[in-house]
Amino acid sequence: MTELALILVSTVLVNNFVLVKFLGLCPFMGVSRNVDTATGMALATTFVLTLSAVCSYLANEYLLQPLGLEYLRTITFILVIAAVVQFTEMVVHKTSPLLYRVLGIFLPLITTNCAVLGVALLNTQEQHNFLQSAVYGFGAAIGFSMVLILFSAMRERIAAADVPVPFRGSAIALITAGLMSLAFMGFSGLVKG
Amino acid sequence: MDFGNYSSPHFPVSGSVATMMRHVLFALLPGSICMTWFFGPGVVCNLVLAALTAICSEAGMLYLRGKPVRSTLADSSALVTGILLALALPPLAPWWIPVIGTLFAVIVAKQLYGGIGYNPFNPAMAGYVVLLISFPLELTLWPAPHAGLGLSDTLALVFLDTLPAGMDLDTLTMATPMDSVRTRLGLEQTIPMMQDGELFGLVGAGGWEWVNFWFLIGGLWLFKARVIQWQIPASMLCALAGMALVFYLLDPETHTSPAFQLFSGAAMLGAFFIATDPVSASTTPTGRLFYGAGIGILTYIIRHWGGYPEGIAFAVLLMNMAAPTIDYYTQPRVFGKSGDET
Repeated sequence: MTELALILVSTVLVNNFVLVKFLGLCPFMGVSRNVDTATGMALATTFVLTLSAVCSYLANEYLLQPLGLEYLRTITFILVIAAVVQFTEMVVHKTSPLLYRVLGIFLPLITTNCAVLGVALLNTQEQHNFLQSAVYGFGAAIGFSMVLILFSAMRERIAAADVPVPFRGSAIALITAGLMSLAFMGFSGLVKG
Repeated sequence: MDFGNYSSPHFPVSGSVATMMRHVLFALLPGSICMTWFFGPGVVCNLVLAALTAICSEAGMLYLRGKPVRSTLADSSALVTGILLALALPPLAPWWIPVIGTLFAVIVAKQLYGGIGYNPFNPAMAGYVVLLISFPLELTLWPAPHAGLGLSDTLALVFLDTLPAGMDLDTLTMATPMDSVRTRLGLEQTIPMMQDGELFGLVGAGGWEWVNFWFLIGGLWLFKARVIQWQIPASMLCALAGMALVFYLLDPETHTSPAFQLFSGAAMLGAFFIATDPVSASTTPTGRLFYGAGIGILTYIIRHWGGYPEGIAFAVLLMNMAAPTIDYYTQPRVFGKSGDET
């Protein structure tokens, strides 16, 4: 139990996927212009990330390893992620049209989020078991969502600021992301190892 | 003769940025003097270097951006940034430490966002964190209280990196109390064991408690002068003391007392002068309570479990990040409307 809690704290704060590991930067920069879309993206990513972490663990453990096909790991995981995203999209479309409309384009976009593949690969690298993989994926998703929503609220404020012309848009957003990353350095050492 | 007809209300005019910043500088005075008394002329050296760099870099940026230089500089906000950063820096640091820190604070953290009123992060703390991460060794150069290094020796050390014969940096400097407690807890020592040493003063750490006391006085005066509101300092100090109290009561052997937490590090400077920065803090009354409490809790977490002995700077930056979101969810009800209408 303590170990799972440590994994959660570690992925959310100490090794935050966006600000410390620098994964998933494309949606972080791309869909953070306003809070509502960022919240939608955060929800969709949380769901997919957790599910795909579990699915790729299962694929790795019961398909690739017994057959000795570890060299196909990356491509299998990409396939698994794409399938999970498609599946999620279909289920959400049928069961909750409202949620489907809120998430909209963000669902298929998640396929290209490198944090999703990163979580799956890191899970096999760290040799997590089933439950650890699930918590790792969920923690990564929570960390991603939290940072994305905070960042989008900051960007809404910066959009109104008198930023020097050469720094407008993505430039100042990247500087802000850098400063956020600096602040997250404060969490280093919170979880040993 | 001009007998203008002024309509009511006849309140004294106050609250311009310039008067506010001057109040802040004045309130910092007792604490700065106390720091100089304990830690020597290095403090003044840092203050002068940082203040000069702040003014020059702000003027340079304003000039480059084609903004009015003189009138904007007159609000002294850059000066306050420099002074706050200098007070956080160790007095024996080489001259380029305050210079680099202030350059980053004023140029990147403030002017690139459009100058005063737009910076989402507290510039002084952004500068400090950059220094702390880039030059960790130089930022440990705190002398022991009353180390007895004179003005000329300090200047030689800061600018030429030379020490008087027979002295070396290790004998001159001492781990700050927060750092020292951390290290000794790591060595399986308990708090009561440390209490016989010279580390502890009346309530906090020797020397530091007086610095904190004078910053507290300055802060209370700022509150009385209505430059700052009560919410942020009160909730921050309460949260920090509350966290400390809970863990102290659970296990006084390995946790320092709330008084030690409040009076040994940068808690008072942080609570009254840094967290209350009107631009980067939360702006709604309820939001300010959450903002302050967040800083207090994060500070304790970083101090106690994190990798750094002092967590105020990180906690302030982290809550700066959260401030727009806090504001978003704590907007006060518009007068005349019920809560569920928007």
